Amino acid sequence: MHELSVCQALIGQIEDIARQHRATAVRRVSVRLGPLSGVEPDLLSQAFSLASAGTVAQNSRLEIERLPIRVRCESCGAETAAEPNKLVCGECGDWHTRLLSGDEMVLASVELIQNGECGVRNENR
Amino acid sequence: MCETCGCNITPGNEHLARRKNALGGDAVTVLKNLLSENDRAAAHNREHFDRHGVLALNLMSAPGSGKTLLLEASIEALKNEFRIGVIEGDLETENDAARIRAKGVPAVQITTGTACHLDAHMVHDALHHLKLADIDILFIENVGNLVCPASFDLGQHRNIALLSVTEGDDKPAKYPVMFRAADLVLLTKTDLLPVMDDFDPARAEHCLRQLANPAPALRLSAKKKDGLDAWFDWLRREVAGQRERAKRGQTLRPAIQPDGARMHAETGAHHSIPPASGNHYRYRQV
Ligand SMILES: Nc1nc2c(ncn2[C@@H]2O[C@H](COP(=O)(O)OP(=O)(O)O)[C@@H](O)[C@H]2O)c(=O)[nH]1
Ligand SMILES: [Mg+2]
Ligand SMILES: [Zn+2]
Ligand SMILES: [Zn+2]
Repeated sequence: MHELSVCQALIGQIEDIARQHRATAVRRVSVRLGPLSGVEPDLLSQAFSLASAGTVAQNSRLEIERLPIRVRCESCGAETAAEPNKLVCGECGDWHTRLLSGDEMVLASVELIQNGECGVRNENR
Repeated sequence: MCETCGCNITPGNEHLARRKNALGGDAVTVLKNLLSENDRAAAHNREHFDRHGVLALNLMSAPGSGKTLLLEASIEALKNEFRIGVIEGDLETENDAARIRAKGVPAVQITTGTACHLDAHMVHDALHHLKLADIDILFIENVGNLVCPASFDLGQHRNIALLSVTEGDDKPAKYPVMFRAADLVLLTKTDLLPVMDDFDPARAEHCLRQLANPAPALRLSAKKKDGLDAWFDWLRREVAGQRERAKRGQTLRPAIQPDGARMHAETGAHHSIPPASGNHYRYRQV
């Protein structure tokens, strides 16, 4: 499945960011996925634990935000929710619509751990 | 091939904005497509194609829908009209490239091993074995798979999805990501329609429209050489369109990209340009 390829690309981006910020580890990775991205959230999560092993992202938490499908009708202008295989206008039923959201596969943010810092901050200092 | 470009793709970091989070750790806002590295390589491939005025077409379908046979029939018919090149993607074997070479045109086989799709880097490597200056149409036959190939931009100008009449007319509803991305749908093996009487081409087309996709759905049989003229005319229009754009220094991406144009902030906004005459498909200028 291509989720592993997607995940390897994701890890590559995380590694670049960690390097640029001189981070020693990653605490949290947040990704946004739409149903029309072709990437399955559950498969991506599984692939992430595999692909992150031995990298700076090892032991980090992958958070996947699932975005809804929304379309704008080119006939009546309505903005409505839609299904992956039914991207028609929810108001008038016309199929001449434009996708507003639902095909995203985006790395939204990465939470880094800097040198000397562990996952839990030492509050005594 | 890369004498001028050098092929060195360096990741940009201008999209990174730092901010402190509640824990005091660094949360870096990225907002970048997961496959941006692939997209960069794809844009690079597209530059190669455009520089040489090559029209690049990505053929996608389930295994056995008739991609290679259609290419063989098309080469036979158009060999003297266009200079054709083919990139073949399969998990294993050189069989399809050998079939194409037997028709007298250059073919490069990519064997992906376990990867279920082609990506832009694989295609780039294959380009080094082709003389783009001697090619008008480059067909890229993707790995037979209705899921994964749709997620990877290769640098093609158009996506073509094949659906054979033995597969069921509701395939577009079952694989919306792939069929939504098609600029042209070919309903293949129509010679078998008399025995596949539960396949209704009109229903397949209806499923396609439900995906808000206006792509034409052409019916053909590569085996019986039936319905091929409409396909050849589509190719002629696309080649003419590509030559026009090359003259004006413009390029074209498939109407629907794997990740949606909104996320292409790094390549700048996409502007709609008016369709060329006789061509009602959607495209975007890069
Ligand atoms: N009856 C019929 N069979 C076809 C047609 N096109 C392809 N085939 C057969 O379908 C099988 C798979 O074709 P191929 O071109 O290798 O499919 P690919 O995997 O998509 O490249 C072969 O046995 C072909 O002979 C067609 O138009 N009609
Ligand atoms: Mg084949
Ligand atoms: Zn409407
Ligand atoms: Zn190059």
